[in-house]
Amino acid sequence: MLELKNVSFGVEGDGSAGIKEIIRDVSITVPDDKLIVITGPNGGGKSTLARLIAGIEKPSCGSIFFDGKDITGTSITERAKMGIGFAFQQPVRFKGIEVFDLIRLATGRKITAADACEYLSAVGLCARDYINREVNSSLSGGELKRIEIATILAKSPKLSVFDEPEAGIDLWSFKNLIEVFEGMRKNISGSSILIISHQERILNIADEIVVIKGGKVCASGSRDDVLPGLISTDSAIKECTGVKKGGDLNA
Amino acid sequence: MLKMDEIQKRILSEVAGLHDVPEGAYNIRANGESAGRASTANIEIIPREDGQGLTVKIKPGTKKESVHIPVVMTESGLKEVVYNDFYIGEDSDVVIVAGCGIDNCGNQDSQHDGIHRFFVGRGARVKYVEKHYGSGDGRGKRILNPVTEVYIEDDGHAEMEMVQIKGVDDTNRITKAELKAGASLIVRERLMTHDDQNALSTYVVNLNGPGSNADVVSRSVARDKSYQKFDAVITGNAPCSGHTECDAIIMDEGRILAVPGLEANDVDAALVHEAAIGKIAGDQIIKLMTLGLTEEEAEEQIINGFLK
Repeated sequence: MLELKNVSFGVEGDGSAGIKEIIRDVSITVPDDKLIVITGPNGGGKSTLARLIAGIEKPSCGSIFFDGKDITGTSITERAKMGIGFAFQQPVRFKGIEVFDLIRLATGRKITAADACEYLSAVGLCARDYINREVNSSLSGGELKRIEIATILAKSPKLSVFDEPEAGIDLWSFKNLIEVFEGMRKNISGSSILIISHQERILNIADEIVVIKGGKVCASGSRDDVLPGLISTDSAIKECTGVKKGGDLNA
Repeated sequence: MLKMDEIQKRILSEVAGLHDVPEGAYNIRANGESAGRASTANIEIIPREDGQGLTVKIKPGTKKESVHIPVVMTESGLKEVVYNDFYIGEDSDVVIVAGCGIDNCGNQDSQHDGIHRFFVGRGARVKYVEKHYGSGDGRGKRILNPVTEVYIEDDGHAEMEMVQIKGVDDTNRITKAELKAGASLIVRERLMTHDDQNALSTYVVNLNGPGSNADVVSRSVARDKSYQKFDAVITGNAPCSGHTECDAIIMDEGRILAVPGLEANDVDAALVHEAAIGKIAGDQIIKLMTLGLTEEEAEEQIINGFLK
């Protein structure tokens, strides 16, 4: 489905610091029909990786392939049309654009209110209360987050990328969120899911886990290989050491 | 049937959403003359003797009725000043739909200056909708200078929706309001300017009675090389509340000046002003692009939503 080959990405550092590398020579494969979770400490480059996949950032070197096609130079729009969906960690607010408009744009076709309600209900929102609400600051962070996920369900992409979907979601909603992902996983045939997350319950439903630290892949493999090592560590910073103990990984 | 040609009918549809004679009271003015007029049992439309405007009298207690008074101009070089007075009787609840559309294919300027005065009776409610529109590829300008005065008696309520989205080259809008005890005013202005257009919008609102309140909100977009000035002054002369807001998007080489003005002459006057001007947030465009829209389509959606 998706393959990152030796991808690096840097930004201009402060003053004379030169280029600061955020992603360093990362190679990852997201196979068809699999749910992959990328995890690792804050500041490790996980969100940047997701933005590189969506085309929001362009790698300084390396290549990205989608269904065997080199998409390194393609735009966000082209990737979206090819079938890559991206849910923001911090969803964007729009004055005047209603929830229905956003879902309609996500589907890319004319839809009825009943169609839109289906997606909202799936993320635990009472559709009637939200469909005509503006996607603005009157919505809480958790509500926005669920609407963001509803846009991905509506878009129904081949590859869905979620950047920390649990961030800003309360415990009650989190349970619902896990059910959404479990539902997506059940019907994953013909698609793949990539989730950036720290949550054990999300790691628990992964087929494969990739650990990113300091801009590098420090561990990857099947859930059964990687997860025990992650859980046994007493500090998030040490997770790669723990992983090495847990399985045969390319750290 | 209306005495209008196809272009006039198209303009009428743009400014008032009308394809033919509306229900209720109406006066349709086309190229300086009445193209149709009707009063109802409760709403009387009386033309001024000089032909330059109307007096509209709405009987006390009139509920759920409407008045349409659109203006259409298709003759290049026509300039007119029209005075319309509205007397909205006590405890009535009505909708007034105005609006002016100019199609100018000639080389001379066309100009319509509408001077509207509203006398809103005790406990009456009025919703006023005004849409301005311009079209035509002549070199002559399309100019609209509306002056609106609103006098609201005790517990009266006026809601004004003013829209100018396209095609008007030059506008100088002045809106004045005087509110007595318990009276309220809501203004929603939506404005888009493009090319070399100029739009000035001035509000002077005096909250004179205790418990009066006003909420004046402008959302605007300035594209190309256009210029806008939003100047809103709310004066609180009694225990009252007032809020004014200018929320604007600038694009290309557009320019906007927002001038906030609040004057409190009573210790219990609570007045707030908000103003924000900026380009479209990059994240908004990126989000819509991740849904498959191009950058241009994303901008269009964002602006359409913003001005909806």
